[in-house]
Amino acid sequence: MLELKNISFEVEDEKEILKNINLKIDTGKFIVITGPNGGGKSTLARVIAGIQKPTEGQIFFEGQDITHADITQRAQMGISFAFQQPVRFKGLTVFDLISTAAGRDLNQTEACKYLSEVGLCARDYINRELNASLSGGEIKRIEIASVLARGTKLSIFDEPEAGIDLWSFKNLIDVFKKMYAAINGTIIIISHQERILKIADEIIVLADGNIISHGCRDEILPRLLSGTDKVDFCPYQKLED
Amino acid sequence: MDQQTQEQIAKTLLKDVSDIDGVPQAAYNIRENSTCAGRMSTETIKIESKTDKSGIDIIVAPGTVQDKVYIPALVTCSGVHDLVYNDFYIGENADVTIIAGCGVNTDGCDGSEHNGIHRFFLKPGAKVLYIEKHIGMGDGSGKRVINPETYVEMEEGSTMEMDTTQIKGVDSTKRTCTGIVGPDCTLIVKEKIMTHGQQSAETSFKVDLNGENSSCTLSSRSVARGHSHQRFLSEINGNAKCAGHSECDAIIMDHGVVSAIPRITANHLDAALIHEAAIGKIAGDQIIKLRTFGLTEKEAESKIIDGFMR
Repeated sequence: MLELKNISFEVEDEKEILKNINLKIDTGKFIVITGPNGGGKSTLARVIAGIQKPTEGQIFFEGQDITHADITQRAQMGISFAFQQPVRFKGLTVFDLISTAAGRDLNQTEACKYLSEVGLCARDYINRELNASLSGGEIKRIEIASVLARGTKLSIFDEPEAGIDLWSFKNLIDVFKKMYAAINGTIIIISHQERILKIADEIIVLADGNIISHGCRDEILPRLLSGTDKVDFCPYQKLED
Repeated sequence: MDQQTQEQIAKTLLKDVSDIDGVPQAAYNIRENSTCAGRMSTETIKIESKTDKSGIDIIVAPGTVQDKVYIPALVTCSGVHDLVYNDFYIGENADVTIIAGCGVNTDGCDGSEHNGIHRFFLKPGAKVLYIEKHIGMGDGSGKRVINPETYVEMEEGSTMEMDTTQIKGVDSTKRTCTGIVGPDCTLIVKEKIMTHGQQSAETSFKVDLNGENSSCTLSSRSVARGHSHQRFLSEINGNAKCAGHSECDAIIMDHGVVSAIPRITANHLDAALIHEAAIGKIAGDQIIKLRTFGLTEKEAESKIIDGFMR
């Protein structure tokens, strides 16, 4: 469903962030991309969503070349993206965001359903402004709820665990499991968390702009945990890229 | 302009500025082109013409419970220069919502303007919500000018909230608001303003927090587009143990210009005063976020502005 051919991303005067990435992801898979900080994971996710334009290479989505499609077009084709650091909006409410994400006029009950799924007491949040009064963990869950509301063929989450406390994180795993079962689409999660790695179908390890391993969970995870892949990787680290 | 068109313009303006469709079911006074086009007093709210100058006195009886009064002012054609003095006397413990608002339409090259001077005298325990909308309409090249002036005097334990909105069509506006705030009183002033083209808007708030435990919040949310200019001046003087907060939040687009000029003075050791101002264009991340929902850049922009000005 998604194919990256010879994707490179370079920033002038800086090192190459993605180096000739070739990647094929099949429909309906749960993929986790992991690897050390600064390895290019977030850039890769942003390139797929159209937020960053690759300097070289091609991207195919459902057989169609989307290399030159912009963010809006890719979103309309069925790609969703949850930011690592969700954006805040003065004046827009949680309800506005969820209904905009869903792309139709939701009623309050429908919108509340998505919030409940990410562990927020919907009644308390639905009319809140998406401003600085929401904590990092709260806005992060709202971000995830907005992707749930879209229910697209491909959902990408950039470090969903960042900013969420461990207690809530356990429930987040269930959210992804349920979501995977419900939306019948492909999920790509960028994560350092062992718990998320454990529910993946496939794991991709990205380091220094290269894919150094890509395979099924049972093959990759034991190697990561035992440290046989020579990357500076710790599944417990929770730092930002 | 024939009478029928004029009536239609008056109806549209009235609906836009005060949500009145037909005759309001409350006390009201409708001012149209400097004359009174309709008035009704009630048992609790009396409206009387001033004898020395143009304008009315609105007297709200003590103990009035959650009542409303509508006082829209309309200018429906070019060449009108309206000046009105309205005084509101709010009795002890009365609770009232005042729906004001002004619409100016110009159909020719002559400008029209409305200058409204509203003074409020709140007795102890009175509670007022003042809602005011300003709009300009019409195809005429004449400038549409609205200059509102408000003056508030608050006695012990009274509260006043003023919500003012000016979204479109007014070419020039100068707003001044003065508050004299007594003990245990709360004054909240919220302004929303959007300017386009060559429009200009200036707001000047001045509040004296004179009473112990008095407080005020002055907030302005604005969008300046085109080549429009806005200026926001806010002055708070803390003359007793009090809390004052002033904030200006502005989005600039195209060649819009916004200045925020705060002046907060603590004349008392227990006066706590804050000013916050943020001016900038729409954050790129906000546009990107909404585009990942499938909105175009234009759609994202208007969604952000609509939310911000709500």
